[in-house]
Formats: sequence, structure tokens, C-alpha cells
Amino acid sequence: MIPGVFTYHRPSSVAEAVAILANHGDEARPLSGGHSLIPMMKLRMAAPEHLVDLGGIAALKGISEDGDTITIGAMTTQHELIGSDLLSAKLPIIRETALMIADPQIRYVGTLGGNVANGDPGNDMPALMQCLDASYVLTGPDGDRQVAARAFYEAAYFTALAPEEILTSIRIPVPAAGHGYAYEKLKRKVGDYATAAAAIVLTMNGGTVGMCSVALTNVADTPLFASEAGDILTGSTLDAATVKRAVAAAEAITQPASDGRGPAEYRTKMAGVMVERALARAAERARS
Amino acid sequence: MNDMTPTREQREAALEGMGCKRKRVEDIRFTQGKGNYVDDVKLPGMLFGDFVRSPYAHAKVTKIDATEALKLPGVIAVLTAEDLKGVNLAWMPTLAGDVQMVLADGKVLYQNQEVAFVVAEDRYIADDAIQLVEVEYEELPVLVDPFKSMDADAPVLRPDLEGKTEGAHGPRKHHNHIFTWEVGDKDETARAFKDADVTIKEMISYHRTHPSPLETCQCIASMDKITGELTVWGTFQAPHVIRTVASLLSTIPEHKIHVIAPDIGGGFGNKVGAYPGYICAIVASIVTGVPIKWVEDRMENLSTTSFARDYHMTAEIAAKNDGTVTGLKVHVLADHGGFDACADPSKWPAGFFNIVTGSYDFPTAHLEVDGVYTNKAPGGVAYRCSFRVTEAAYCIERGMDILAQKLGMDPADLRIKNFVKPEQFPYQSALGWEYDSGDYHTAMHKAMDTIGYRELRAEQKAKQEAFRRGETREIMGIGVSFFTEIVGAGPSKNCDILGVAMFDSAEIRVHPTGSVISRMGTKSQGQGHETTWAQIIATEIGIPAADIMVEEGNTDTAPYGLGTYGSRSTPVAGAAIALASRKIRNKAQMIAAHMLEVSEYDLEWDVDGFQVKGNPQARKSMKEIAWAAYHAPPPGMEPGLEAVSYYDPPNMTFPFGAYFCVMDIDVDTGVAKTRRFYALDDCGTRINPMIIEGQVHGGLTEAFAIAMGQEIRYDEIGNVLGASFMDFFIPTAVETPHWETDHTVTPSPHHPIGAKGVGESPNVGGVPAFSNAVNDAFQFLGSTHIQMPHDAWRLWQAAKDLGAHG
Repeated sequence: MIPGVFTYHRPSSVAEAVAILANHGDEARPLSGGHSLIPMMKLRMAAPEHLVDLGGIAALKGISEDGDTITIGAMTTQHELIGSDLLSAKLPIIRETALMIADPQIRYVGTLGGNVANGDPGNDMPALMQCLDASYVLTGPDGDRQVAARAFYEAAYFTALAPEEILTSIRIPVPAAGHGYAYEKLKRKVGDYATAAAAIVLTMNGGTVGMCSVALTNVADTPLFASEAGDILTGSTLDAATVKRAVAAAEAITQPASDGRGPAEYRTKMAGVMVERALARAAERARS
Repeated sequence: MNDMTPTREQREAALEGMGCKRKRVEDIRFTQGKGNYVDDVKLPGMLFGDFVRSPYAHAKVTKIDATEALKLPGVIAVLTAEDLKGVNLAWMPTLAGDVQMVLADGKVLYQNQEVAFVVAEDRYIADDAIQLVEVEYEELPVLVDPFKSMDADAPVLRPDLEGKTEGAHGPRKHHNHIFTWEVGDKDETARAFKDADVTIKEMISYHRTHPSPLETCQCIASMDKITGELTVWGTFQAPHVIRTVASLLSTIPEHKIHVIAPDIGGGFGNKVGAYPGYICAIVASIVTGVPIKWVEDRMENLSTTSFARDYHMTAEIAAKNDGTVTGLKVHVLADHGGFDACADPSKWPAGFFNIVTGSYDFPTAHLEVDGVYTNKAPGGVAYRCSFRVTEAAYCIERGMDILAQKLGMDPADLRIKNFVKPEQFPYQSALGWEYDSGDYHTAMHKAMDTIGYRELRAEQKAKQEAFRRGETREIMGIGVSFFTEIVGAGPSKNCDILGVAMFDSAEIRVHPTGSVISRMGTKSQGQGHETTWAQIIATEIGIPAADIMVEEGNTDTAPYGLGTYGSRSTPVAGAAIALASRKIRNKAQMIAAHMLEVSEYDLEWDVDGFQVKGNPQARKSMKEIAWAAYHAPPPGMEPGLEAVSYYDPPNMTFPFGAYFCVMDIDVDTGVAKTRRFYALDDCGTRINPMIIEGQVHGGLTEAFAIAMGQEIRYDEIGNVLGASFMDFFIPTAVETPHWETDHTVTPSPHHPIGAKGVGESPNVGGVPAFSNAVNDAFQFLGSTHIQMPHDAWRLWQAAKDLGAHG
């Protein structure tokens, strides 16, 4: 449980950090909160020779609003997300989700950028970002590019992020005022990854669903945007038969691993239960 | 008397003696991070040891090449079994009469088994060097399922035992068989079953789990080559036993070995045995002449260092139609892993599992335990229970519920009908124990009244009907558990460890100014001995607990004792403390008589001193007497005021309790919520009610964890799964239910202060309470028995199998 030998860098600007990464290629890894990377290094499942700590880059922190978009700096901690009045007002599902991540000590250190960039299927924020149709700003030697969260994840720990790039911020379109939302997470205990979790954002016009977005956590080797489930629900009155079809559609795209949380069959079913329960809560909130 | 003279009550309160909720004195340092644990000990020139471990569960080791590792700057040595053979320590004896490899000698028997020991200047270099040791393995067929251990074609795990038909506990009937242990009357039991109106039979498994103390096992060995003295600091629940074992194995004379157990961060049975890390550190220090530290990490601890349980118990009960039990038959298949390293008293290969008749008056019973080898880590320690007692309690408490179901009786009523009656104590059980005291009926009725048992049953019935009507997806269970523990090992007539009788000891010295230092053969790992031992002495000799220092764990200063585990400290050392105190009080009485110029028979004890009968003004306090003991003792009397007592208990003690658990289970997710948990404990005389409550809370939390998900799992090729706190279930405050505690007091008649011990009762009684609640919830759907652990997916699976998902 001791990492191998590595060189530690602590740059003070994004440009400097990108230059170090570009210089060392695959041998370097950026470090944000470290809650995924450091345990893997302790187990020697990851052995980067250069660790580039982004903690000294002030520009990577903060939450701001620009028109219909909220931008969150990658090094913003879960704790800071929870404490943000802006997010509580405009994107309350972020606070709800962040409160289900690990425990307070971890949330003081763990960051949104690290959570979404690492490609760990157990992390909660990637599915939420897919649900919200967020984009990630990736900064490399040639400048910035944006990749949609829904297109970012390729496989477990494999993403669209190039070795010399840093995920610097997350841009989230602000959902309509009065939208309903819920993040339902089934876990064995505090600090555990989800057995299955579902994020839902929807709007209601009278008794009819205006839009509905569904995404799933930890039931495949990437987060899953359940577009078909969302489409089935959009325009419906959330009658039992439609909900059942949507749940089945969500379950159909899962490919969970069998592990200590349960066999694959169970985790697929739990994804469905989480969708059903998140939907009920989100609809309740949208009406109120 | 003027107003300033304290009243008798004030003097009593000032002592903070037995019965006082005295705050734990050790917590002052623990809560400020000022404890002194093994890893806090740093010696000049100290080196660090760490293990190369096997990735395979069963394999030949064909080659170990340390060339590259030794090239790494800072690496001092790499020890293998071949090196240890030079000092005859490649294998070591286990407490259970088996032998165990210290380092892989030609093969490995479980994943993460110790293969080589790297010694380096710091632990970082040691870990780097581990990666550089090249080991060649040749994989062998893996045996994981104990039910297949004795198949004719099962792989041979222990070629070293080839042809050995006699084991430490009798004949071996297969190459993977360790022992058969039989107790009770087979023929009489067979007759009871033949004549029975009703019988039940169920295979009840108690899965493999782990004590998982927060501080892992660790030690520092320091050999002084000039003086020939070896000092070992370690996480030892039984430091004196470690000293004796170290002397026998190393041939260093015992007086030249100093064993020090400093503060210990939890033990729960994990720190009783001797592990390869200790042996390797000692050998490496003997070889190098410098101190060697070995510290286990979490995964090493969970995957290799003494698991608990893995008992597969087939229970059969015979009964009359009215519910009266007439016979009990139990067969246990015990999975011991690759070596039999159970930490039981020597003559008890299955511990005190023959307490399996529980709290019930079985006229006859028969028990047979078969121990077998598998490709899993060795252990089988008593995880917060007396030896194999929690297994026994789980077996009988599940069995009684299953019988109640078959008879259509309420499980609480069935228990009450069969309880050993108060007038039957001391009670001879069918499997050989003499229960010292008990009043089960009073405890059970108090518990049922407090929790509102009949009302809960009515609510459950209504909920079941609502479930059937489709109005709720939640089912409700009420878990009943009435356990009898057997603790305080133990009487020399039947308990020893490696031949040393399981007595315990106390030494008390009263200083001239009336303060005290006392030392015991026990060793607290969090139980609060520094607090409670002082309370016993305070009450016995009238000196305030605040003026009494308690010291344990240094074998040079403490009298020889067998250590702390199996809830033995209060029943055994607690008695020694009381008796040593009484020796002091007897001498104090003679000194007081001399001071007051009366006969000692004219004196009577009064809280904190002696007074002349009928003339309470003429009195001498213990403080005055202590001064006199050193200043002007009576002519002819030795000066000083101190005593030692070694206590060989005449019998075990038998704490008991009534536990109730109310649980609601969501059948769609399998998530179980504990709505209420009520625990009534009778541990005899209560020394510190606050510490008892803390012990009960801790033990119940462990019981909750074990029943509801805590498990060491293996896959089919022997990979240990989930050996980290990500997967291994340690509940946080969020998951842990609220505990309601209660008590009755039935003192032990044979213990000097009537105390029985409590630390392990909540684990023993708690596991069946949780499991019975789960099983009770599913019963109306047609279920008889659902195996532990009851984690969410398994309960969901149970609901699905019972058709609850439509």
C-alpha cells in the first residue's frame, strides 16, 4: 500500500501544467483531489512517474454564471459545490448528488473535475453531467476544445481526454426554472460507490412531461445517458405503463459487473428501481 | 462530627468504585492523539520488514530470486524459508496443535501467503524491493469449498502431513481432515429423535468474516547482541504467552526476553495468535542485531491474519407437540483454511461450541465437529466472542426459531417454555457445562414488556396482510434472541494454552502516601481496564480510583497472565484483583488494630478504613494505615503494603441476555432498516455501567455488520475478494442502528465480586437477533432459513425466489 517512485510537480498556471504533461506524455498524470488516483497508486495499479498537482492553480477554481450557462472550475471541491448558493438556486441536483458522495472529509478534497475526468464508472458526477448535457473544456498545448459529457466516456478509465490535456472547467446549461430533479443512489454504506444510481431532470407542463433527461451511474463501464428512457417519458403523463416502459428501456442499456454489491441481474434491476424512484421524486418537485 | 466531615455516602462517592459511571481515564490520551501504539515506537537504526506474498491460492513455489531486489540501494536482506530453516523456524507450531509455514516452504496454500521477507532501510524501499523479488509458481488445483475438502479426489493441501493418521485431536480420516470432535450421548440423542413428535433439520452457515481491528497487527523486534536480550513491542492481546512462545522457539532464555504491548487499537481476537510477521522480525533482528519493525497494511490484515467463523452447522431439534424440546443434534463442518491456527484453549479444537444447547433445558444432545483444510487463510479466532460461542448461539437461536415456525408457536413463547429454570442452577447441561447462575424468565419478560412484543406481533400481522393486498412493498421482521454465553477461560482442570493453565493475576502496591500502582496479566485493547480495574481496587481497599494507577502489557513488570480475549479479563483477572485487594485489606486491618490498640477482631471495615465496632469515632483511614505500613508497622510484621494474587477460576461464568430486533425490509431493493434494537444484558455485578453500555454498543455494531454484510469472500480459484474497507462492511454512524440497552443482575456465585464479563455478549446475542429478524420477516412468504450475510442483494434474491416480485 505504498506508491512507487514519482516526481511531484506543482505548477501555478494551466499553461505550465500542460507543458509538463506534454513533456512527459503517458508518464505524467494530473492530480486533483486524488481520491481515485492515489489509492490506485498505493495499490501500484497506476504508477505515473510524474504527478502534476493542479492544487496550486487558482484559475481552476470557482463557480460562475454567464447567461444560460453555469461554468464550474475543475478544481472546485464537492464541499464548495454543496455550499454554493448559485447552484442551490439554479442546479439543485448538483448539491443533492454531491451530498451522496463519500463523506465530508472526502468532499473537502475531492473535486468535480477529478470526479468527471478520471473515467471511473463508480463516480457519481459523470452521469449527472450527462443528464444535464454538460460540456467539458479540455485545455491542451493547442488551446481549448469542448467535448460533451455524453460523448466523453469510452470505457472504464478511458475518455476523450488526451494525455497532454487537462480538463479545466465544466459548462452546464441552466435547466428551466421550476424543473424537477432527483438523484437516487443505492449504496451499501457511506463512502461506497453506487450499486446503481439514476439522475433525472424533467419539466412538467400541467400533467404532461415537457422534457426528461435520464442518466445512470455504475451499471456499465461508463456512465450511461438513457436517451430512450427520456424520450419515452417526454410527452407522457407518467402513467404506470409508460413509466414501466421507460424503466425497461433504462435497464436494457445496462451492463453492470457482478461484484460485492451484487450480481449483474440485481444491479440492472436496481438501476430500474432508481429510475422509477427518481422519476417520482422529480415529478413531485416539478409540480410543487 | 462537624459539618466538614464527609458523610458515608460522600466518602463512597469519592472512591468512584464499583457501580460508578466513572469516565474512562485512558480516553484523555486517546482523544488527544497521545496514545502510544506500536507504530509510534521508533528506535535508532530501526529497519523495516515487509512481505512478498503469493498471488495464487494453491501453487508450488519453484524458484525465489532476490538478486534484483538486493541491488536496490537500502535493501538489507531478503529472507526465505531456506534461511529460516537455518534457525529451525521455517515452520512454527500453532495454538491448535498444527504447524504453520512462516514463509512458503515449497508451496503456498492461500492467496497472499507470506513467501519472502524483505528488510530495508525504510518501508518505501521495502515495498519497492518486493516488486523486484522474482518468484516462480506452478499452479495447483484449488480447494475453496469446505464441503468438497473430503472428496476422494480432493487435492492434497498438506503433503507435510502425508501418512499422518493421528492429529492433535485424534484420528484423521482424510488427507484434508484435521479432527473430529465429539461430545454428548449419541445413542440417547438418537432415541430422543426416534420418539419425537416433531423434528427440524437445517444447515445453518456462519460465513467467513474478520475481526478487523482499526490498528492492524504489528511489532518491533530488537535484539541486543551484547547482552543477549530480545525486546519485542507488539500488538499482543496476550503478551506473556508471546514471551513464552518466543523463548521456546528462539531458545533465548525467557528472562532475557522483554515483551511490551503498548496501547492497542482494538483486537477482537485478531491479536491473540503468533503470526509470520513476528517470527520474521525477530529472526531478522537476531541476524542483523538492529531493531526491525513490521507493520501490516489493511489488505494484508483482512486477507491473511486470522479470519473468524466459517462454520457450517447442521442442526436438528427433537420436540414434543407442546414445544418441549427433547433432543439436539448438531454436526459442524469447520473450514480452518490452510493451517489449523485456531486460537482456542489446547484441548478444545472447536472451542466451547458445546454451549450449543443455549438457554434451553435439553435432556440430551450430541455434537460432532469436523475440521477441514481449504485453500484459504488460517485463523478461526474468537471475533469478540468466547471460543466458537457466537457460532453456537447463532446455531441454536436460528434452530429454535425454525422449530417455532414448524410448531406454529411464537418464538418467544417457545423459548420461555424451554428455558432452564432459576431453581435448576447450578445447571448441568447435556453437553457438559455447569451453568453458574441465571434467571432467564425475569430477563425475557422484562425485555418483552419493554419492547411491547405482543403489540409488535399484531402490527406485523397487519403489515403482512397489507403486503398481500399490494398496499406496501415493505415487510416487517421481529428478531428474538436469548443467548447464554460461556466466558472466563478458564479453570486449570480443562483450560490451557500450550500447557500454561489459563489463570490470571494481579499485583497491587500501596505507596506510603496512600496511592497505588497495580499491574495485571491482562491487556486492554480498548476495554478500559485502566478505569475499571481501579474501580474494583477502590471499592475493595477504600482508596479513590483516581489515586490508583493501572499498568498492563509489560512482561517485565506485570505478573504472568494469559491476556485479554474471550471476555476472560473480568471473570479471571477481575477476581485476582479483588483477592489481591483483600490480602491488602487483611494486612491493613492488623496495622489498624495496632494503631488503635485494639484487637483486629474489634474492627469493622467502613468504606475507606477501619473503625472500632460500636465506636466509629475511633477509626483509621487506608491513607493513614498505608503510611503506618511503611513508617511504623506492628512489631514482627513485614513493612510495606502490597499483594499478588493468581486466580484459577473454579468454573466459567455464564452471562446471558434477551435481545430484540425490529426490522423493515424493502423487497424491491432488499434494503433492510433496523427500526429498533433492544438489548438486555445480565453480566452479573456491574463494575462500570457506562463502560458496559459502551461495550454493548460496540459489540452490537459488530453484530449488525456481520449479520448484514460483513464477509471475507473468495472466488472459485481462491482469490480473496473485497479485502479492503471499500467492500468489507464496517458500519459508520450513518448505517448503525440506535441501541436501547437494559439489564438485570444475577451475580456469579463463584466469583469474588459476582461479575461475569460482558464485552462479547452483544456480538454473540446480536447476530442471531438480526438474522432472526430477517428470517422472521420472510417467513410468511414461505421461507424457512435464509443464510447470512443479509446484504441487500441477497435479500432481494430471497424476495425474488419467494415470488415477492410478482
